[in-house]
Amino acid sequence: MTLDHRQQHLQTLRAGLSLLVAPIEYVVDLPFNIGRWFDESLSSRQQLLEDNARLHAQNLLMQARSLKNADLESENKRLRELLGSSVKVADRVLIAELYKIDLDPYKHIVRLNKTAHHGVYLDQPLLDAYGIMGQVIEVLPAYTTARLITDPGHSMPIQVSRNGLRTIATGSGKINQIDLPYLPNNADIQEGDLLVTSGLGGVYPPGYPVAHVTKIERAPELEFARIQAEPTAHLNRSREVLLVWSGDRIKLMRSSQTPPSSEEEVQAP
Amino acid sequence: MNTEKQQGGWLILLTFLAAMMLTIMPLPDFLQHLRPEWAALVLAYWCMALPHRIGVGTGWIAGLLLDVMTGSLMGQHALSMTIVAYLVINLHQRIRLFPLWQQAIVIWMLLNLYQLLLLWFDGITGQPSKGLTFWLPPISGMILWPGIFLLLRRLRRTHKVN
Repeated sequence: MTLDHRQQHLQTLRAGLSLLVAPIEYVVDLPFNIGRWFDESLSSRQQLLEDNARLHAQNLLMQARSLKNADLESENKRLRELLGSSVKVADRVLIAELYKIDLDPYKHIVRLNKTAHHGVYLDQPLLDAYGIMGQVIEVLPAYTTARLITDPGHSMPIQVSRNGLRTIATGSGKINQIDLPYLPNNADIQEGDLLVTSGLGGVYPPGYPVAHVTKIERAPELEFARIQAEPTAHLNRSREVLLVWSGDRIKLMRSSQTPPSSEEEVQAP
Repeated sequence: MNTEKQQGGWLILLTFLAAMMLTIMPLPDFLQHLRPEWAALVLAYWCMALPHRIGVGTGWIAGLLLDVMTGSLMGQHALSMTIVAYLVINLHQRIRLFPLWQQAIVIWMLLNLYQLLLLWFDGITGQPSKGLTFWLPPISGMILWPGIFLLLRRLRRTHKVN
């Protein structure tokens, strides 16, 4: 049976059983949902006004920034055309919600409420507003499972944004730490460096922030430096997350039978 | 026993559902590693109380659902639950006679075996080791056993499950 699973024969059985299990998860999630609903509907007018003003200001700021971004993007496109390299297509995102449930304290996996029905695919990257969160590992009819970048079984190709140094980051099993185990002692990396996705491997789109380097230990007796970094994404705080379609996948999503409703679609730069 | 009508199946189902809910209920961080194996505890009770009804098959199905729910390898929890069910059924005559604290110790050993099997599967599939906290759930399970036992016995008697 275990061997069978390796060859993905049991995926259909798992899909069927997931429908049985989904109500349980829904019920466990329910009190938190209700709590949030109460929170929203009982918040005072004053607070709503404040929130509104704050969000409005933030929106203006973002818009100003994205104006500049659009300019930069077109400039980037022109330069790339000059260089003759392929043009980076704008990524498309969909907002998904996490179920508030614990699955396994030793694995960092989360459950999302979007499925193949919405165009979610295996290995799809997952972000929040601050950086990369993880990737989809299982798409079932009732829900989707994703692995966070801090899961001890997860590794991803990254590069240092300051100088383009490429390496691999692996999860540490702690929610606020990833490790860079394969950099030599003399590598050009400093505390505070921003690590971004390199786009190698084809899972994560290039150029998204992943983590900040927090600690570098160069031990001469060891082959590699011991480097720790803290993910920029709010891995244990975000409830809403973004699923990203990049490049060719956008077309695939458009051709899937039911595209997500337009209000959930957002164009990301 | 065969002539008697079996009743109270819904109650057994309900206790398993509750156990599964508790399994994925969000807990504060410091309690995370202490979360007992609820489903295994409930299974152990029913196997002990009603060995003619609840057994290896039930354990297998519950384990399979657990596998789907926690996203682990298919069959990992199923096999562990099956073995727990088998052992409890084998020993049920003896365990029933034990005082509660002795029962709790037997349960602790069973849960350790359960964890060991899970760990073994994780090892085979190449997942990183989990440290000593992995052995805490059997201890919390042992501590909670008297409570679970008394609660389920009360439920079984009031609803005349047989």
